[in-house]
Amino acid sequence: MNDTLANTEKKTAYILTLPAVLLVFAIILFPIFANVWISFKEVELKDIRIPEPRAKKIVKSIAEETSKIKILYKLRNSSLIQEIRDVSFQDNFPKNFEIVNLDPRCDYKNYNLKCEFGNWPAKYRENFQVIFETNDGSKIDKKKLKSIKPKLDGKSDNILLNTNFTLKNFKKVLFDNEFIDLLLTTFYYTFFGTVGSIIFGILTAQMVNQKFYGRTFMRSVLLFPYVAPVVALAYTWELLLDPNSGTLNSLLINYQIIETPINLLGQKYIEISVLGFDFKLRLALTTVIMFEIWRYFPLAFLFILARLQAIPKELYEAADVDGASPFQKFFKITLPQITAVISILFMIRFIWNFNKFEDVFLLTGGASGTRTLPINVYQQGFAISDIGMGSAVSIVIVVLLLMFMFFYFKLLGKRVDEN
Amino acid sequence: MKIKNTILFSLIATFFLIFLVSIWKILATLQGLTIKTFNIEIIFIIGFLISLFHLIFNDKIKPIYKSIIFSSLFVIFDGYLIQKLPLWYNVGTFLIIYFFVSKINKYNFTNLKEEHSTQVILFDFLTLFGILFFSFVILFPFYMMLVTSFKTQIALLVNPLDFSINFGQGLKDLFNSYFVIFKSYNFGKYIITSTIVSVGTVIITLLFAIPAAYAVARLNFFGKTFLSTSILIIYMFPAIVLVIPLYTIFSQLGLRNSIEGLLIVYTATTLPVAIYMLQGYFKSIPKELEEAAILDRLSWFGIITKIIIPLSIPAISSVALYVFMIAWNEFLFSLMFLDNPNSFTLSRAIQYLSGDAETPRQYLMAGSVIVTLPVLFIFVYFEKYLVSGLTAGSVKG
Repeated sequence: MNDTLANTEKKTAYILTLPAVLLVFAIILFPIFANVWISFKEVELKDIRIPEPRAKKIVKSIAEETSKIKILYKLRNSSLIQEIRDVSFQDNFPKNFEIVNLDPRCDYKNYNLKCEFGNWPAKYRENFQVIFETNDGSKIDKKKLKSIKPKLDGKSDNILLNTNFTLKNFKKVLFDNEFIDLLLTTFYYTFFGTVGSIIFGILTAQMVNQKFYGRTFMRSVLLFPYVAPVVALAYTWELLLDPNSGTLNSLLINYQIIETPINLLGQKYIEISVLGFDFKLRLALTTVIMFEIWRYFPLAFLFILARLQAIPKELYEAADVDGASPFQKFFKITLPQITAVISILFMIRFIWNFNKFEDVFLLTGGASGTRTLPINVYQQGFAISDIGMGSAVSIVIVVLLLMFMFFYFKLLGKRVDEN
Repeated sequence: MKIKNTILFSLIATFFLIFLVSIWKILATLQGLTIKTFNIEIIFIIGFLISLFHLIFNDKIKPIYKSIIFSSLFVIFDGYLIQKLPLWYNVGTFLIIYFFVSKINKYNFTNLKEEHSTQVILFDFLTLFGILFFSFVILFPFYMMLVTSFKTQIALLVNPLDFSINFGQGLKDLFNSYFVIFKSYNFGKYIITSTIVSVGTVIITLLFAIPAAYAVARLNFFGKTFLSTSILIIYMFPAIVLVIPLYTIFSQLGLRNSIEGLLIVYTATTLPVAIYMLQGYFKSIPKELEEAAILDRLSWFGIITKIIIPLSIPAISSVALYVFMIAWNEFLFSLMFLDNPNSFTLSRAIQYLSGDAETPRQYLMAGSVIVTLPVLFIFVYFEKYLVSGLTAGSVKG
């Protein structure tokens, strides 16, 4: 009895979860495998369209012979690179149509024209013409004739399904001169974006955790950058930072802080001297990181605030009795209480920042030294139209992420053991 | 000790005052006033003197008189002698100094003598500073977005610092950019597409997620732990990795440039979060209710529709709002899958608009306001639901 109950429970569970599992499998897991497959292939954007035989039907009357009509089919292979095999053709005609000249490749039976065109190489074109005559001399309705569409069929290879593999993509990605630069840019972007957003998160959470008038309002405001659409925010920032008529530059010039406008999103380096040391700062990258911090610190803020509110008040009361200063309380009580949240946040934000595409794409498009790995996926796949290369870059991203997660958990595991 | 603390207090307070006045000056500049300098040195001296005199005269004058006297003195110095500026600016300055003096009224020589007093003061002022700083830094871009959408091309070029809204020009001129983007750039259609896609994603996601979350929360079956851990892992998975294979597959299936294609992808990417959030809530519903239902011979469908759903309306609505926001804000997939303007979503349309260098920016900003407003409205209105959900599930981004 119990057994059958457990069985029905199992069955129900599978029925309930199956739709969701299938969908996620089809759209998320399957593409990951497909990505591995494509990354070992030489595929370009133009290759992924399946070649089709196409025909454009043109109906022409013949002068002085009203009972006859000429039909021209402009035949072509839609693909510029692949052949189509065994092309077959079919078209239907009204019941009073007799054919005048029959092409040897074709057959006319029951007012149905059937042709076998054989193989069409890439870029194949042909003007195929047939002449018909009505057997009862009635008027020919050209529009109706045109509205009947011919049917074409053929076999072709799907370049994605054949088994020609190559290591070329990975060689190109990994031994490219820019690969190290790409990695470094991605790392700077991810690391400083993550650390910055966590620091701002701690500061704001600590701030909102105090009592002041308008605290709930402040909490909503702090989340605005996180919930608003990235497109709107990125363009607003672009406008704000614009060198020619942007508000920030105009303000700085107005207050005589700078003399000439700075192109914050379009300049790769800026020379800065601090304490007599001159060094070059990656300007556009820094700006993009600032945007990143601005947009994502609210997540850190929320997590840390939730944790702060759960810290027992007694801890602080005890510290007050011991005469601890506010800074001591922060460093000795608050910070140790939120390290667990911070380490989780660090991981989540690191992974998400590592894959962040939209923000950089919208702000700079990857120009002036802000090309990160995800931007490179897009550029290889869609700007240079090399799908195989794009796939290879995304595989590199996955591998790097898995490595990061492995080391991170190992390090975290050790910490937990020590404690 | 006393002197050191006094000086430190005055310094901290002064820096805060400089910050306050500078922010006020920036805002005034953005309303079209010509202010060329912050006068930091002068404000530093005045601020330091105010803080010092405040400590010295603390008990001798009533706080309200003191605030008024200090504020008036400051306004006379800064607003009248140094720059000749309109009345509203000086009134604002007066209020700021009034606010400042009432803040420092809390402190006197007795609590300066207490242990850690400077740290306490620093903490208090840092909090105040933070509140103002973050409000300014966060709200300013939104304010700019809104104001720019009300401007004309010429006004933007003549004075990029003028952020005042001219209400005198009549509603028609004020909302001109909005009329233009609806008329010439088809924004009405994009709003409809975005709404269909977002609402559609919400409905389909809930249809798939509620049964699955119920199974994960309540039923025992082989592979349950595997399923719940993979939900989390998939949730972390990078979208950029899915782009190329989905693009190729969708091209071959003819799903690009279609709403169906977007619906499928959005549903699949939001499902893990939705299941994760819902199962957490379902677990908190007492089991006894379902046991009674099983005795009444209700099927699983009956249990879900008659017991689980009515009891979890708050959780379901918060998941629905989330999924709506994710789908509404989504950009990456809409960039990849849509290249025919007939099927654009709002985000994609704005990006397309910006691709044309000729597009005046007030149109771009009007579009941005249109795409931002619904989300911010939903967020502010349903904040309670959303914040609790945010910490539990957290929106991907």
